[in-house]
Amino acid sequence: MTSPLHRLLQFHDRRFWLSFAVVGAVLLGLVPLLNLLPGENSALHLPNYMIPLLGKYLCYGLLALALDLVWGYAGVLSLGHGAFFALGGYAMGMYLMREIGTRGVYGNPLLPDFMVFLAWKELPWYWMGFDHFAFAALMVVLVPACLALVFGWLAFRSRITGVYLSIITQAMTFALMLAFFRNEMGFGGNNGLTDFKDLLGFDLRDQTTKVALYAASVVALGAALLICRFVVASKLGRVMMAMRDAESRVRFLGYSVTATKLFAFTLSAALAGIAGALYVPQVGIINPSEFSPANSIEIAIWVAVGGRGTLVGAILGALAVNAAKTWLTGALPDAWLFFLGALFIAVTLVLPDGLTGLAGRLHRRRPKAPPAREEKHA
Amino acid sequence: MPDESLPIDEPRGSGSPAQGSILYLDGVTVSFDGFKALNALSLVIAPGELRTVIGPNGAGKTTMMDVITGKTRPDAGDVLFDGHVDLTRLDEAAIANLGIGRKFQKPTVFEKLSLFDNLELALKGPRGTLATLFFTLSGEAKDRIGQVLTLVGLTDKAKLPAGQLSHGEKQWLEIGMLLMQDQRLLLLDEPVAGLTDAETEATAALILDLSRDRSLGERSLVVVEHDMEFVRSLAAKVTVLHEGSVLAEGSIDAVQSNPRVVEVYLGR
Repeated sequence: MTSPLHRLLQFHDRRFWLSFAVVGAVLLGLVPLLNLLPGENSALHLPNYMIPLLGKYLCYGLLALALDLVWGYAGVLSLGHGAFFALGGYAMGMYLMREIGTRGVYGNPLLPDFMVFLAWKELPWYWMGFDHFAFAALMVVLVPACLALVFGWLAFRSRITGVYLSIITQAMTFALMLAFFRNEMGFGGNNGLTDFKDLLGFDLRDQTTKVALYAASVVALGAALLICRFVVASKLGRVMMAMRDAESRVRFLGYSVTATKLFAFTLSAALAGIAGALYVPQVGIINPSEFSPANSIEIAIWVAVGGRGTLVGAILGALAVNAAKTWLTGALPDAWLFFLGALFIAVTLVLPDGLTGLAGRLHRRRPKAPPAREEKHA
Repeated sequence: MPDESLPIDEPRGSGSPAQGSILYLDGVTVSFDGFKALNALSLVIAPGELRTVIGPNGAGKTTMMDVITGKTRPDAGDVLFDGHVDLTRLDEAAIANLGIGRKFQKPTVFEKLSLFDNLELALKGPRGTLATLFFTLSGEAKDRIGQVLTLVGLTDKAKLPAGQLSHGEKQWLEIGMLLMQDQRLLLLDEPVAGLTDAETEATAALILDLSRDRSLGERSLVVVEHDMEFVRSLAAKVTVLHEGSVLAEGSIDAVQSNPRVVEVYLGR
């Protein structure tokens, strides 16, 4: 009898575990050490601003990983994953708002500042419970997962696929953005949620808290990568890939396409929610612009750049594109959108398998010419 | 593996015409925008039977397959499996799990997966999402995959991605996938379309093997085909479809000498 853990170990060759351990040690050990130990003026010192920045990139990496599971493997191109990310972020933001307590501008022990400002008398029912971290953490996963489950069930059951599905996921995130912009919704409207003070009693301005949040992002990303590898290496993963390439054939084999898609979509949404929850305390704000349709499209670009259907590639794509974004918006602020557009065209035309595909091709070229591969569009 | 949740048609007397059949179609009508793709089609297949179905383009061959496998719902008529299970109320997945397998006209194998993985996916077994997630392949199942690979003659290509197979090999792999499901009724839609003569002969031999093979119980086959030479080589009962209903039924010689068949199909 083989336990799931045993199988997880079996699925990965030694090279994977070696790189996993090395990267994990660098991210979890070396990076915090270089930030905390050397003095401010040491050449080895990692500047303080880098920690939340790296943490933010890792959250984007987790978000890209989530999209790759559902797009790269199950063939469902969701262009609304920003919504799941934002919902996870809002759930965390609500907890952080409740943590402020009497330290707000108006000093109201129960109501967040924006509610006092809007002359609300009592806390809306859906804000109940968010003063407990455990409840908020549960909601971080449950709210995006439930939305994905209901939305996905309606869409997949009606056999909405391809570009139609992408369009309705865009509509979903757009609708949520408009809703969250409204003050009456009770999520801070235009301004969103901000001015957070602490998390579980730890001051968010402390560098050690920032390092801890960064470390939590590393752990979450590592765990999510293993979960996703477990899924895609299982028979269910092969059903997903089969469904991506020949959906109706899978149906005639007796598998439920609806259930398989729903599983991938819901798991993916939950992971995106966790990414959002880790993102919010590190950047200090969540507002409705996170729901903007363009954000969700950007996630798909990260995955395409890194390489669809590779998991690790999606993470690398998110890191690479966002590092380029940070650098370019500083150096040449006007050029960013042109760069993003050019990148998308370049990847589509020249690099259908993204950076991972390029690396693979270069690797294979050395011993022998690469076998000709026909590319099928998902 | 029929269970109680299956829609069982209202009890019929022991004299019911569906009794003892593996597949029973009676008065099946399907229309698309007023065009009758099937017009009161009736067809009975006995357990273990090999049947060939021929007919000109638009005779309703593919629509008939669609109705049996749940892809198309008939406007009227009975479609019964095993004499009592009403197929018109089940979806594709449920019908596949019931024991009806279909090979499509255009071979659709999973191109990115290896032959072995293709067969593993087809393997009969639990189809639920969680069961699939935690599935481990037993030694017995591996042997079964090996057997089927030998039967369809693709053992040495087990690890190749299916996308690299020739057209004929894809057809056999697909037949292999039907075998993995231990289906009791196989529907083969133009299994030799686009094959070379040698491949066609090999396919005919394979179909005859499958029809005779009783190692997994009785297996019925319905082969839809254009190629008359091929149909003749199977030497089975032939059903001729025309404009959505049965025009003639009998041996290939009887059918080929039937004046109405000659008029609409063979004579042009």
